[in-house]
Amino acid sequence: MMSAIEGLIRELRNVGIPISVSEHIDAVRALNHVALEDRQAVKDALGAVLVKTGEHESAYSAVFDIFFSLHRDRPLDPVDETTPAPTGGGRGGGGGSFDDLDDAAIRLLLLDALDEAQQPSLLSRLIAAELVTRHAGIQPGRAVAGTFYLFRTLRAVDPGRLAAELVARHTPAQLEPDGLGQRLLRDEYQHRVRDFEQEIEAEIRRRLVADRGAEAVAKTLRRPLPEDVEFLTASVEHISQLRSVVTPMSRKLAARLAQRRRHKRRGALDFRRTVRRAMSTGGTPLEPVFRHPHPAKPDLFVLADISGSVASFAAFTLQLTYALRSEFSKVRSFVFVDGDDEVSSILAEADSIVEATSRINAEGCGVWLDGRSDYGNALDTFWERYGRQLKSRTTVIVLGDARTNYHASRASVLGEMRRLAGNVYWLNPEPITVWDTGDSVIGEYARHCTGVFECRNVRQLRAFVEELA
Amino acid sequence: MAEPGSTELFASTEAAQEALRAVDYLADRKIASLVHLGSRLQKPILVEGPAGTGKTELAKSVARATDARLIRLQCYEGLDEAKALYEWDYRRQLLHIEIRGQREHSGDAVEIEHDLFDERFLLTRPLLEAIRSEEPVVLLIDEVDRLDVETEALLLEVLSDYQVSIPELGTVSARRIPTVFLTSNNSRDLSEALKRRCLYLHIDYPSSDREREIVLARVPGISQTLATAVARVIQSLRSLELKKKPSVSETLDWARTLTLLAVDEIDSELLVETLPVLLKNQSDIDLAAKELGGTQP
Repeated sequence: MMSAIEGLIRELRNVGIPISVSEHIDAVRALNHVALEDRQAVKDALGAVLVKTGEHESAYSAVFDIFFSLHRDRPLDPVDETTPAPTGGGRGGGGGSFDDLDDAAIRLLLLDALDEAQQPSLLSRLIAAELVTRHAGIQPGRAVAGTFYLFRTLRAVDPGRLAAELVARHTPAQLEPDGLGQRLLRDEYQHRVRDFEQEIEAEIRRRLVADRGAEAVAKTLRRPLPEDVEFLTASVEHISQLRSVVTPMSRKLAARLAQRRRHKRRGALDFRRTVRRAMSTGGTPLEPVFRHPHPAKPDLFVLADISGSVASFAAFTLQLTYALRSEFSKVRSFVFVDGDDEVSSILAEADSIVEATSRINAEGCGVWLDGRSDYGNALDTFWERYGRQLKSRTTVIVLGDARTNYHASRASVLGEMRRLAGNVYWLNPEPITVWDTGDSVIGEYARHCTGVFECRNVRQLRAFVEELA
Repeated sequence: MAEPGSTELFASTEAAQEALRAVDYLADRKIASLVHLGSRLQKPILVEGPAGTGKTELAKSVARATDARLIRLQCYEGLDEAKALYEWDYRRQLLHIEIRGQREHSGDAVEIEHDLFDERFLLTRPLLEAIRSEEPVVLLIDEVDRLDVETEALLLEVLSDYQVSIPELGTVSARRIPTVFLTSNNSRDLSEALKRRCLYLHIDYPSSDREREIVLARVPGISQTLATAVARVIQSLRSLELKKKPSVSETLDWARTLTLLAVDEIDSELLVETLPVLLKNQSDIDLAAKELGGTQP
């Protein structure tokens, strides 16, 4: 048990969750007070001691399941007799009694199981095991990432259609005539199908761990924490995860910046209020009162490249700067591909960044000619149209990878902007090692910027914004 | 100072669950096991989660379930030592000096000073009060994320060693270890030092079954079928991409509304009419009305 916990903690640290020594000690102490045979209780207790942020809980859950999965798969809990389980489901991997059923029959059985039980039942667990045996094609000893097996199994199961089929099983007469009832039914089935998918994932994980040992599996299944996901290579699933991180983060940042602005410096002595307060201490001014300072807020101009390669990075940064608009006297946002368009009003009207992005795309903002990035022309048009509005209190932020498709860079325009504006920053979502390779001309632009920053993930983005305000 | 009394609140997770149920707080296994674990390890519990999921209510219920006194420290920006820990009552101190000065025998300066920093002139604030209490206490530090980062450090000594150092008096240690809950709405990241001293409990929206039971327990006179329907609708609503998802307290408000309207079934028309009880944002209401109340695609 001790070594399992050590392994668990080592892996959590590898993922990037900070765990101190005292938390390690607490974890072991906590185990004295929980029933060790209750897996969920152990998971909750260790989680409470080791993981102190809601955003890290799913990462913790995944790692825990890898390190503490071996114990559960041997006898599938025989006490659970709520469903008519076929006999002989001894080992989760075996599932011998399904042998004489073909795929269609299993699917029918699965539909029955999902239709009947709200919670994942023993039957659905056995079916998950059988499906993995049939479709995943796990070969012992082969080093393949677990997601591949999951993909193969899910392709065979086609969970997207399961919910629809479940709803279709109800005859029209049984269905409630009301739209709400139907919708609720569908939502509930979808919920169950999602549970079943997780069951399959867990089953695959269990078998991989049995085959190769927890540490090796943990390594192949390791996923970055949301704040470490790289913008440029993020998958669709990651992007939606990021969205859930960025929204609370921008709220936190705004609160912190507002606080810091207020506390940075004490203002002049407020004589009237000091004397007023001294009344209660017999005229002796024990506590001086100071005025609140009102420091000037900077203007912010954000220029974002929204061509395909860096679009998701731009979307997040625009969202973040927009969320922080109260910390600046004004925030104006521009998007460009090979020309410029101002999108401040679109961001202000749209409810979410998803909606804003789709509107920006629908209106074809930023595209001048062929829709391939041309930084030179984009900077030129920006300078012509908005250049005169730059003031010394203005901060300009350019977002982009500086890959010009071998067009002219027009870096001198950036120099002109620098002369008028207080600061010009460039955020590049590419790793620093590939700067100035191929058609990247970041070096030329860098000469005219106050600073150029590598901004590959949410963590770096946050650090930059904190510095800025 | 006496040895701190033990704080065996509950014998086991199940006992904690039972005791909380008796005061109408339906804790799931995770919540119950953490309450139990916190009292065993003598560690504060940091409760986080979306607004309106019963974070503060948990602390209140534990106090009720264990017959303990609830001491609440509501945090806000600018809260300082004088409001959280203790303060010297300088008005009385000034009076004291004056009275002594009027007497003939005023004694020497050292004695006066010694007299001044006496417990008589100490105004205890919530943290010190919780530490000095003789009877069992539940200390609730509410919305700790609103505290300034610097003031957060003020809590550290109290939370890890259950003691308060007062320069003029020395260290005051706890006579009984209080049960401590901290709640946070996650409006900023708390410091590592604070988090390290706590157990972390994330209370999310309840599962459909648990929500149904909460509705049944908290709304008098609601029927089983209506409670089930309420829980199902809320579950579907939360799966939408809303700006603000309906909280448990809003669910309860809605359930009460429905019982007042004396309905026993929810249809889309009724849902759309009563949506403003659940959602407090026009674009959310529009979206929900379109998705759940509208026509079947």
